[in-house]
Amino acid sequence: MSKKEFSGAPLIEVSHLKKYFNVPAGVNHAVDDISFTIHKGETVGVVGESGCGKSTLGRTIIRLLEATDGTVLLNGKDITHVKGKELKEVREQVQIVFQDPYSSLNARMNINSTIMEPLKRSGRYKGKKELAEKANELMDLVGIDERLRNAYPHELDGGRRQRVGIARALALEPHFIVCDEPVSALDVSIQAQVLNLLMDLQDQMGMAYMFVTHDLSVVRHISDNICVMYLGQLVEKCSTEELFANNLHPYTKALLSAIPTTDVHHPMQRIQLKGEITSPINPKPGCRFASRCPYATAACSEPQELTEVSKNHFVSCCRVAEIN
Amino acid sequence: MSEKFLQLKNVEVVYTSGGDIVHAVNGVSFDLEKGETLGLVGETGAGKTTIARAILRILPNPPAIFKGGEIILDGQNLVELSENEMLKIRGDKIAMIFQDPMTALNPLMTIGDQILEVLMLHNSYSKEEGHKRVVEILEMVGIPGERYVEYPHQFSGGMKQRVVIAMALACDPELLLADEPTTALDVTIQAQVLEMINDLKKKLNTSMILITHDLGVVAQTCDNVAVIYAGQIVEYAEKVELFDHPQHPYTLGLFGSLPEMNEGAERLKPIDGMPPDPTNLPKGCPFNPRCPHATEKCFGTIPYQETAPGHFTRCVMDFKQEGEKK
Amino acid sequence: MAEAKKKKKKSRFMDTFSRIFETPTAKLGGILLVIIVVLCVGEPLFTKYSPNEMDMTNMFCKPNADHWCGTDNLGRDQWSRLLYGGRYSLALGIIGSLFAAVGGTGLGVIAGYFGGQVENLLMRFCDIWTAIPGTLLCIVISTALGSGFFNTILALSIGAIPNGARMTRGQILAERTKEYLEAAEAMNCSKLSIMFRHLLPNVISPTIVGTTMGIGATITQAATLSYIGLGVQPPNPEWGAMLSAGKNYVMSYPYLLLFPGLAIGFTTLAINLMGDGLRDALDPKLRK
Repeated sequence: MSKKEFSGAPLIEVSHLKKYFNVPAGVNHAVDDISFTIHKGETVGVVGESGCGKSTLGRTIIRLLEATDGTVLLNGKDITHVKGKELKEVREQVQIVFQDPYSSLNARMNINSTIMEPLKRSGRYKGKKELAEKANELMDLVGIDERLRNAYPHELDGGRRQRVGIARALALEPHFIVCDEPVSALDVSIQAQVLNLLMDLQDQMGMAYMFVTHDLSVVRHISDNICVMYLGQLVEKCSTEELFANNLHPYTKALLSAIPTTDVHHPMQRIQLKGEITSPINPKPGCRFASRCPYATAACSEPQELTEVSKNHFVSCCRVAEIN
Repeated sequence: MSEKFLQLKNVEVVYTSGGDIVHAVNGVSFDLEKGETLGLVGETGAGKTTIARAILRILPNPPAIFKGGEIILDGQNLVELSENEMLKIRGDKIAMIFQDPMTALNPLMTIGDQILEVLMLHNSYSKEEGHKRVVEILEMVGIPGERYVEYPHQFSGGMKQRVVIAMALACDPELLLADEPTTALDVTIQAQVLEMINDLKKKLNTSMILITHDLGVVAQTCDNVAVIYAGQIVEYAEKVELFDHPQHPYTLGLFGSLPEMNEGAERLKPIDGMPPDPTNLPKGCPFNPRCPHATEKCFGTIPYQETAPGHFTRCVMDFKQEGEKK
Repeated sequence: MAEAKKKKKKSRFMDTFSRIFETPTAKLGGILLVIIVVLCVGEPLFTKYSPNEMDMTNMFCKPNADHWCGTDNLGRDQWSRLLYGGRYSLALGIIGSLFAAVGGTGLGVIAGYFGGQVENLLMRFCDIWTAIPGTLLCIVISTALGSGFFNTILALSIGAIPNGARMTRGQILAERTKEYLEAAEAMNCSKLSIMFRHLLPNVISPTIVGTTMGIGATITQAATLSYIGLGVQPPNPEWGAMLSAGKNYVMSYPYLLLFPGLAIGFTTLAINLMGDGLRDALDPKLRK
């Protein structure tokens, strides 16, 4: 992976973003005080296990969910609470590719109409001919065969459906795309095709990705920087090389050690974690990983700060110096 | 170790769907020894689950039709058994772990009673003995015995899968069919469950067929691996041999698609195209439309050759020669 | 390839329409319905007698070459009355059910899509609504509004709205978590467009089947109204009214009951068969 440097004003700046849900059992702190930036052309991977709030984070940034607190800046402009025409403009610049290629396409709409929908909504293209031309261009771009363009989603396999979802997201040439586990429902060989497609498109069009996934090998392949989330909070944030070479947070260590590797000569040395992920509903202050952490002490029940331990390497753990 | 515990010979299964014939399993043969774990690897629709269902004789009929072949378990051909005889074997000798722990449990019964039910089908314990045995099984899979009286919704996903595994192990089966047992789980939980399965298998000397699409899981748990493509075994070898010297172009393609095995590569090298339509398989080798090395020979009969001791590949290429060249 | 191109040319509506009649049963239903409608609309062409013409010399005539379905207690020709009355019955049944379906689906979509308080309010309102017996509600509305054609339709449809709303909402509960709705939101579709362009086509099938099944029930409901003097006014015939008039003579002249009954039965059957065809035609999964 080529090491890219990103400087200048960030494209997306998320600061102290919070998204709480009221549920019968209390308040679900799905996203709790998260800050990070994404530059033009950058891919930021967000990893974590199910229920850690990574999908909620993506949806809150692009305004599919309303933030409880905090701000999201797009090109320096606060988009957290914009409405009406301004929101429409924001929506043309930020898009999303969904996880489930089956439920993310409208079963009653054929592929062509699905892709034309955002084009029509934008009002940028006049006339049927112009619309059809643009739609065909998009489908060529993502590699959907001509014979499939009038087919319905159920006639396509997962990989092709995901291409349709990508074409739909690309339709208005957004600057930023949230990829919410776009390959986790696909078979390995198809997954590789879609990953390559996403990377090629980024090279051509220069948009930024926020790549949400639980699959660390995928995130390692595609991301420039990685955020590790645990129960709504960022626990570690650094460049991809740094994360795999020099990870500091105990949760990151455990997560990395749990992946079954294909290295048959070195059986995995798993770091034993006690228990299972606790619930993000009405969490206690302090480190949320403490109950499973092998290094937990009394100090861990104090609120943790995300601190920069070395250049561009942030960790939220009070014992980071002692552990490593 | 060397007794052949389970033998599949030329098993063929088709599904009929609206006039079309889906060739799901096309002549699969393999042997499984006592205590061995065989990984069946392949993509969606390759026929992995159908093989497991055929062994357990729970193919939905219609639309599935068992076309031919033999399934010999401990010298007994399961294909010839009556449904009543099969009932005694299911759960007792062979047990299956399903993919989705969320739907495999009855939400209206306590987990203890569900395990007890399976237990009582094949054993005649008294109520106290049964109860005691269930608590033992629960503790074996790492669930405290007090949770006997709890309902499935009180368990998390990983714990539910443990319950499902406990149910499968209730009657000490000699053969365990695990169909993607950890796919629905998070990585840290998956690691716990895999570790538990490995430990139990060693303790009980159970044979296991592990169905998965995750090559990492295979690398960590299996002894032997069979790669399935379009209902056929295209490559079969001991795990280390397979990962170190993959031969079939499909296996090579799978490895080329894995981000993990291609660290530092700018782009992955995926297999072109899509898996074939099982109602209309290509002539000759089913992989030939996607294969980068396809020649005319690939449209004829494809030999299943032993290219190294214990390493079988279904391909026309001459692997021995290539090996010597290197 | 040429064939595929030809297929593209067909508009979505025409495509769906032609696919309704792909199955033989739907075809049968369609033919049956066309025959019934033609007979009813072109009534004077197929009858020798006027529907309300009394002939006291020919009371309770058995079906014969002259009076194909016999005559009733006032000597009126049953065949003419059946065809003439069919106009009212068909119109009441079909338009009434349609009204109910549109109202119910609209409410259901709004309740299901918005969820939360809106849903709570609408659905509790529907609960109260259904707690009133249907026939009673029908009578009350009909009495309050009077007995015109349109008023009768209103009376017939209002009672059936909550059922449609419930059915649609139930469908939406399963559908509303799907990601394509979020995708629609992300590409700036308005709430109205998401509800009716994206969500509705995915939940409409059971409603269509329910509506076609409901037509038969609406025809009988209309009969109840005419029986108690609301709805269609005598001497104008209507299948339900004919049924209730004939029931007094069921022991001696069963054909007075048989023919209106058959008419209702055949119409319902025809519409149901077509409804099944329509449901399949709307589902792209069943497209060949």
